[in-house]
Amino acid sequence: MATYDFVFNGLGLREWCDQDAEPRPMSMADLLARGSGGDSDTSWATSLWELPFPSLDTLNQACPAIARSRDLTRGLEESFLNIKDPLKVVLDPVTQPLSWALESALHLFTATPWWVMLPLMLALVWVASRSWALMGFVGSALAFLLFVDHYTFAMQTMSIIFVCAFLCVLFGVPIGIAMSRSDTMQRLTIPVLDMLQTLPTFVYLIPLIFLFSVTEPKLYGIAIILYAIVPVIRLTDLGIRLVDKDVIEAAEAFGMTRHQKLVRVQIPLALPNIMAGVNQTIMMSLAMVVIASLVSAPGLGVLVLRGIRNLELGVGLMAGLGIVLLAVILDRVTKAALARVNAAASVPRH
Amino acid sequence: MSQNASISIRNLYKIFGTHPLKALDHVRAGMGKSELMSEHRHVLGLRDINVDMRAGEITVIMGLSGSGKSTLIRHVNRLIEPTAGEILVNGENILVFGEARLRELRRTQMSMVFQHFALLPHETVLDNAGMARSVRGEDRSAYEKDALNWLERVGLGNQGGQYPHQLSGGMQQRVGIARALTSNAPIMLMDEAFSALDPLIRTDMQDLLLELQQELQKTIVFISHDLDEALKLADHLVILKDGIVVQQGEPQEILLSPNDPYIVDFISDINRARVLRVRSIMDVAPDHTPQTAGTVDADATLESVIALSEGDTTLSYEVHRNGAPVGYLNMQKLVRALVPTQAAKNGMRNSTRSPSD
Repeated sequence: MATYDFVFNGLGLREWCDQDAEPRPMSMADLLARGSGGDSDTSWATSLWELPFPSLDTLNQACPAIARSRDLTRGLEESFLNIKDPLKVVLDPVTQPLSWALESALHLFTATPWWVMLPLMLALVWVASRSWALMGFVGSALAFLLFVDHYTFAMQTMSIIFVCAFLCVLFGVPIGIAMSRSDTMQRLTIPVLDMLQTLPTFVYLIPLIFLFSVTEPKLYGIAIILYAIVPVIRLTDLGIRLVDKDVIEAAEAFGMTRHQKLVRVQIPLALPNIMAGVNQTIMMSLAMVVIASLVSAPGLGVLVLRGIRNLELGVGLMAGLGIVLLAVILDRVTKAALARVNAAASVPRH
Repeated sequence: MSQNASISIRNLYKIFGTHPLKALDHVRAGMGKSELMSEHRHVLGLRDINVDMRAGEITVIMGLSGSGKSTLIRHVNRLIEPTAGEILVNGENILVFGEARLRELRRTQMSMVFQHFALLPHETVLDNAGMARSVRGEDRSAYEKDALNWLERVGLGNQGGQYPHQLSGGMQQRVGIARALTSNAPIMLMDEAFSALDPLIRTDMQDLLLELQQELQKTIVFISHDLDEALKLADHLVILKDGIVVQQGEPQEILLSPNDPYIVDFISDINRARVLRVRSIMDVAPDHTPQTAGTVDADATLESVIALSEGDTTLSYEVHRNGAPVGYLNMQKLVRALVPTQAAKNGMRNSTRSPSD
């Protein structure tokens, strides 16, 4: 006898419940109940205080035809495994370029000698920031990483961030623009973005591990992109929606087409917000690339992981310091670029 | 390109809300703005507007905030779609235009000047001035000369390379005007174009506009909440209140014979001597030719005549236009014209305030 027997008896479903009642694997709760010598007959008479919620497991006790919650998780797993193969047929070719891009970026960044890489990086910093102080900082930080032999790891991390952040911008900005143009699109996209942002990072590694083999770079590439693309989408949408209504009206009054409006008015005026989104995207890529070392992403994250796994405190701390340095470099350089974009809209450019 | 274009607005209604057409029936049945709001949650924007804006003239649409004047001007280039009615530009109903024709109309027939300038902050003054032309797909080389020329005319000769934020408000609006002029469109829509400017700069800009208009003869639709500005600029004045045209006509005409207490109230504060002109109060054919103390121009303000007469009310003047006599002006009549219309005493103001103020 179980608590909810009366429901099924009352509805005349008893026969349906018992028709294919076969002995099922015992759940842990059953075992515990048996172990404690509990008599199932007395549970019928327990007080209202102990009334169990009619959950799957409780109902299953009354009616074996109802699935248990462990069947639910197994069902999820099975259905995922069932669609995995057809999904792979589509996803594999589509995402293959990501693997190539990551592999070639990794190769490019690590194979280029340091004395070529360093000036190139500094030149990039100069183009983005026009600041000698920042160049000096980036130069000494990279020199430090070289000095303590963490340079190759740092470059691996950097190359992954470059590829993933670039792809985030490539896809994120158009998605943001589409969202800003259509309220329906915005309503549909925002829950997805919320989910991507709140889902614990490990959770979306799980289906990806099943979909792709752990040796493929695209596995961590996709994880990083999914995680880091959110801010650039959100801020592109926000930026375009915040563009001065007067200027939009002027653009329309002078007969601009939608495309002209986008290129001449909306994107330039939204650029400060879009750049803020790019900054956030780069920082989130860095956060994710460390976690992605769990699924074979090379770089400083591997050292951190080694530090945790083997309790090598020094290795972990050193790699952590390297990550902090990279984070500061990336943040400062993108912020400096952002400040220049902002300045272009408020102070003389010449 | 034709510099003449006329705009006719016929039976225009605009109702804001979720079911404007349903609300329209109520409005046509005579429901007022406040009832429509309280009973049907719809806002009556414009009600049965009929205005003719003649080619080459400045039509000023005046009203207080909420009167629907900005809504009305946005109907002329269909930034706002009407609920019912017709808008004829050069005899063609633009409401039937498809997207492409409407865009063509906005690109070639109309330009617009905005209250808050609405310049592109990331483009130079020169690029802003040439915006209308570059939108049409013209090369920079095709419009650069024109743009520079108009910038020169509005007093920004050397500032083509600067960015809008480097200029003061008045200068930014000059760019806005140069942008409208560079477009070469025969119709210019000006939405409270000078309202955001300081009083002195506003006067400068009004003078600039009148000077340019003398030469260009564009069809200008000007929105204003300032009666002095409206009287100064208008060839044709339309007074709007709660979405209804209360009175329209020649400004002097409206000043001398207002047909609504609202307008009487409105005009009771202005300096009539500065606004009224000799031509409005002169006798074209007096019973007997008076002894004249001199000649005055038909377009002279009464203020200048008072200064001329040194306050002597016994005098009369001969009125000339383009050197030919067109009538006589009696100083006593002039003084009487300065007294606000009798109706003002029974106007809305006195019914709501104590006589002491």
